Amino acid sequence: MHTALVEGGQATVDTAAQFEPFFPGLIILLPLIGFLINGALALKHARVSAAAVRLGGELDLGEGDHRPETHTLPSYVGPGVMLAAFLIASVNFIRMLSVELHEPHVIEYWTWIATGTFTVDAAIQLDQLSILMTMIVTGVGFLIHVFSVGYMSDDGGYPRYFSYLNLFIFFMLVLVMGASYPLMFVGWEGVGLCSYLLIGFWFSDREKSDAGKKAFIVNRIGDFGFLIAMFLLFGMFGTLDFVPLFSEADNLEYGGSLVTAVTLFLFLGAAGKSAQIPLYVWLPDAMAGPTPVSALIHAATMVTAGVYLVVRSSVLYALSPIASATVAGVGVFTALFAATIALKQNDIKKVLAYSTVSQLGYMFLGVGVGAYATGIFHLITHAFFKALLFLGAGAVIHSMHRSLHRTNDHQDPQDMRNMGGLKAFMPITWGTMWVATFAIAGIWPFAGFFSKDEIIWQTAAFGGAARAPYPALYQVYWVIALGTAILTAFYMTRMMVMTFHGSNRTGVEEAKHLYEAPPVMWLPLMALAVLSVVGGWINVPEALRETFIGLGPLTSEWLHRWLEPVTEQAHHIQEFNLGEVAEQAPFGGGEVTWAVISTVLALATVLTSFHLVIRKNVRAAAEDPELSGFSKVLYHKWYVDEVYDRLIVQPLIRTSRFCWRVIDARVIDGIVNGVGWAARGVGFIVSMFQTGTVNTYALVLTIGALIILGVSVF
Amino acid sequence: MTIDFSRQLHYVWALLPEIILCVSGMVILVVGVSGRYRHAHMAAGGSIESKSGDDLGWLALLGLLGAAMANAWLYSVTEVGESSMIAVDRFRLFSNWIFLLAAVLGILISFAYVYRQRLQAGEFYALILFATAGMMFMVGARDLIVVFLGLEVMSIAVYTLTAFNRRDRKSAEGGLKYFLLGAFSTGFLLYGIALVYGATGSTNVAVIGEAISNGEASMGLLSPAVALLTIGFAFKVSAIPFHMWTPDVYEGAPAPVTAWMSAAVKAAAFVAFLRVFMVGFDAIYALWYPILWWLAAITMVGANLIALVQTNIKRMLAYSSIAHTGYLLVAIAAANETAAAGMLFYLLVYTLMNMGAFAIVMSVSHHSEERLYIDDYVGFGWSQPLLGVFLTVFLLSLAGFPGTGGFMGKIYLLLGAAESDLWILSVILVLTTVVSYWYYLRVAWVMWMKDPETEGQHNRIIVPFPMRFALLASVGLILYVGIFPSAALEFARTSIEGLGTFGGGLIGQGP
Repeated sequence: MHTALVEGGQATVDTAAQFEPFFPGLIILLPLIGFLINGALALKHARVSAAAVRLGGELDLGEGDHRPETHTLPSYVGPGVMLAAFLIASVNFIRMLSVELHEPHVIEYWTWIATGTFTVDAAIQLDQLSILMTMIVTGVGFLIHVFSVGYMSDDGGYPRYFSYLNLFIFFMLVLVMGASYPLMFVGWEGVGLCSYLLIGFWFSDREKSDAGKKAFIVNRIGDFGFLIAMFLLFGMFGTLDFVPLFSEADNLEYGGSLVTAVTLFLFLGAAGKSAQIPLYVWLPDAMAGPTPVSALIHAATMVTAGVYLVVRSSVLYALSPIASATVAGVGVFTALFAATIALKQNDIKKVLAYSTVSQLGYMFLGVGVGAYATGIFHLITHAFFKALLFLGAGAVIHSMHRSLHRTNDHQDPQDMRNMGGLKAFMPITWGTMWVATFAIAGIWPFAGFFSKDEIIWQTAAFGGAARAPYPALYQVYWVIALGTAILTAFYMTRMMVMTFHGSNRTGVEEAKHLYEAPPVMWLPLMALAVLSVVGGWINVPEALRETFIGLGPLTSEWLHRWLEPVTEQAHHIQEFNLGEVAEQAPFGGGEVTWAVISTVLALATVLTSFHLVIRKNVRAAAEDPELSGFSKVLYHKWYVDEVYDRLIVQPLIRTSRFCWRVIDARVIDGIVNGVGWAARGVGFIVSMFQTGTVNTYALVLTIGALIILGVSVF
Repeated sequence: MTIDFSRQLHYVWALLPEIILCVSGMVILVVGVSGRYRHAHMAAGGSIESKSGDDLGWLALLGLLGAAMANAWLYSVTEVGESSMIAVDRFRLFSNWIFLLAAVLGILISFAYVYRQRLQAGEFYALILFATAGMMFMVGARDLIVVFLGLEVMSIAVYTLTAFNRRDRKSAEGGLKYFLLGAFSTGFLLYGIALVYGATGSTNVAVIGEAISNGEASMGLLSPAVALLTIGFAFKVSAIPFHMWTPDVYEGAPAPVTAWMSAAVKAAAFVAFLRVFMVGFDAIYALWYPILWWLAAITMVGANLIALVQTNIKRMLAYSSIAHTGYLLVAIAAANETAAAGMLFYLLVYTLMNMGAFAIVMSVSHHSEERLYIDDYVGFGWSQPLLGVFLTVFLLSLAGFPGTGGFMGKIYLLLGAAESDLWILSVILVLTTVVSYWYYLRVAWVMWMKDPETEGQHNRIIVPFPMRFALLASVGLILYVGIFPSAALEFARTSIEGLGTFGGGLIGQGP
């Protein structure tokens, strides 16, 4: 690793203080304990209800049926382990702050895989990146657990829900803290499984259980890429531990085909998990799960794992300009594509889902142009504001659902056309969600402004580097990224207006039952709202600070400096091969100019679209006419699902059926002829030969044998 | 102790586990037909019969324990002198552990079935012991004739066990098919052995290897010989296109027999396959490697695709077992030490997870042959939580989910393949594994994610104590070797030492 690059003044600090981790294993272990407790309770509860069924009793999982034995313990254990894990992570973070840690701190627990030529330890790696991710996962995770206590209180599967949620956090922590690719893969697969379980949580609904399956299958395609990349890496380096692997990666040839293959395969994995083109299709469907799950897994944590993977492998990506350009390209096109779909969705969660896909695209754009810390920066701010948006949407749906349920109205509680004017009923939700909307739209000084703007700026700067590989391409990326920012501001404002402003469309009777969410739900909203404002201040660009009044000495590019030990190797490779990045955007203007332009544009878009949408007469879902023309294409998500079904799913099913018929001849012979030859005693053998079953088998066997003989003899 | 092969008597020591098994098998046969048991069997009353059957089962377990002790003892002996027939090496002893494990699990899960189906317990348990002894002969053999002998001892016992449930048409049909096709394929194997003898003048595996590498063998005879042997083994491991018997036999055979044979017979055939090809035909790796390559590829792709559309869980598991044959064939195609060790490890894990899955299928079908459709598993997890969790673990392990033994096994096989530069095969292995997730998890899905249409349909499931113990041990071991695999991996690795030369990996290239 690069240890020689310590600046003079800090070198003394380095030798003086040693980083001492504070029970880091507990961070991972606590959620696992939570899972075991809640899981045992869920199984015990299942037994009880099964027994009740046996005794002929009725199972009432309906509203208001608070069974203390299934609710009390998970309500404390679920969020409790998260809070404890967060506190331990914070202690580690503070300890790391006070020392200069240049090498990742690796703690080995036991030898996991040892085959003579290949060894992997069950080890966790503590460094600036992993501790940051751990803080996000446990911190945001804790808030969402608290929110869930309120949101899920009427659900019969309460302990099961918390056991899945805890298990998810466990695997997510393995993913971010693991010290090697195989360990990361364990977490990678694990979060996929939990996501599958939680999407299908309300499995009685067929559509919802299908969504879970879809998520799982699409993720498997990505995981295939991850596995292949791992084996290529093993072939190249003979190890899969991060520290030795990345230090040896320095010796690789720049732009070599092998490193390009590895990084592209890794990106296939990342694209699956982080819902990028062409594997994004599962994420919008994943919204079938409970809304806090969407906030935790499908917005704040799991879906950002792909970004984490790229940043973790930044050394490899820096070595491959083609892979980096692919990452950036897929990212920016996904951002645009998803944003266009979000323009026409009416389901509040679908809007947020496509918005998430779009924002993930931004993150990939960032890491694709070598701005690894910036990608992580957007990951963090996005975790705050998108979790807030989802939880806010959850509060709205919760209220809508209750109101519709009480009035026996069978409208869709998630359809924004049925909402409108909710501001009056849910002021806290309304306020906090506007904060998040400003953040995602990129309006100064909300969190999203700093992170998104920096990604856009870095794209321009990278394209202008002295020896940038494809300068024109990056200019296109930059323009698309700017344009998408405007779309983002538009669809978010549309969502807010349709939900909270204008006249109320729920119906008179229904409106009487609309209430603000209980404190256990709005308190996490408030906390996230605060973070959505100040979250961006951890990384204010130097240039902005110099031009405008700064936000205190700590804020200036703190995150960049903090992540320096993780990303510097990649930056050196990039700078060495491509030269310094530009100071000017393609059409002139520096960082400050474009920051001002983009925030003004975003604000203008919010204001105009507010007026546009509020004036438009939104009709309730039942009365809304069918869309036509381009709007219809957008509403149907460019018909991608249908195309996939035609081109991939159906042919695969047909092939399987075909193979079955050809290879398993019994299906033809056995079923047709087998009926007659039951219990024929001695004639049995004869009849079997007559049916031809054994003959067919022997024929196939003989043909196979002849082929093998022929091949080997001639 | 030292085993001196120049003295005939010492062969007794070298074959101690096999001898103990055969003797206990005969004892069980005799006890089984003795007055009391015979009478009890005739009696219509259930309880006496059950008890008598159980007694014979425990007796068989005792015999297996004796064989296990003998097997453990063999680790301490040293070989002196030339043995042309039987090997006393760690490779054989490791394989013996797999067979012993499979037999113990098989018997533990048979108790309730034997009772419910009113099978003749004495013959049933004795045949399992005889088959196990045959497997042990197969993998310990240094001579092709002994391989054949072991193979036949095993096969005849397994044919009989397949057709054991005479009242069931499917069982008889499966047994007959297995027998006819098995006899057919044994012909290939035997003809292959004859040709090898013709080409090299020996049936001793090591001598064959030397003759070939010294250039003394006649290549004209050798290439059809190797092809015929490949066909014979491919039938026993059920590689596509020699697999046709598998689904029928697995579906027809009594459920505990299916569980046991799907693991043990396959393991025995694979281990013998590996020894013969790696020690005997190492020098002509280039000749057989393309055949194995294609067999592995076709088996992996075909079996996984067909398993996708199965609705009967026994047939699904049968095709899954064929798919695993494909994965294991990759190890033989790779032909290096890592792959060989990986194969041993994989067979161990496979025995646990496959038998576990079959055992639960049995208990869902009430220890008989009903309710075998995947749709019968609706809501199973929630009404039988513990069994549900177990089956989920088995299925995840079969699919190769991280944290389970199945994942480690696949990693190990892939490492072996990577060492021989079998990149395309590795990619096929990974891709087909991706496909396999679908059909394994579909069962898990139905179990946990669907509400049963009729309430309480799984309430009558009975898991007798021996089976409960077997299941618990299997789950525990699968998770243990998944999370702390190093001891088992190391054990498998050291079991390969002294097997012989491995030159195959050096030649590795495309098919």
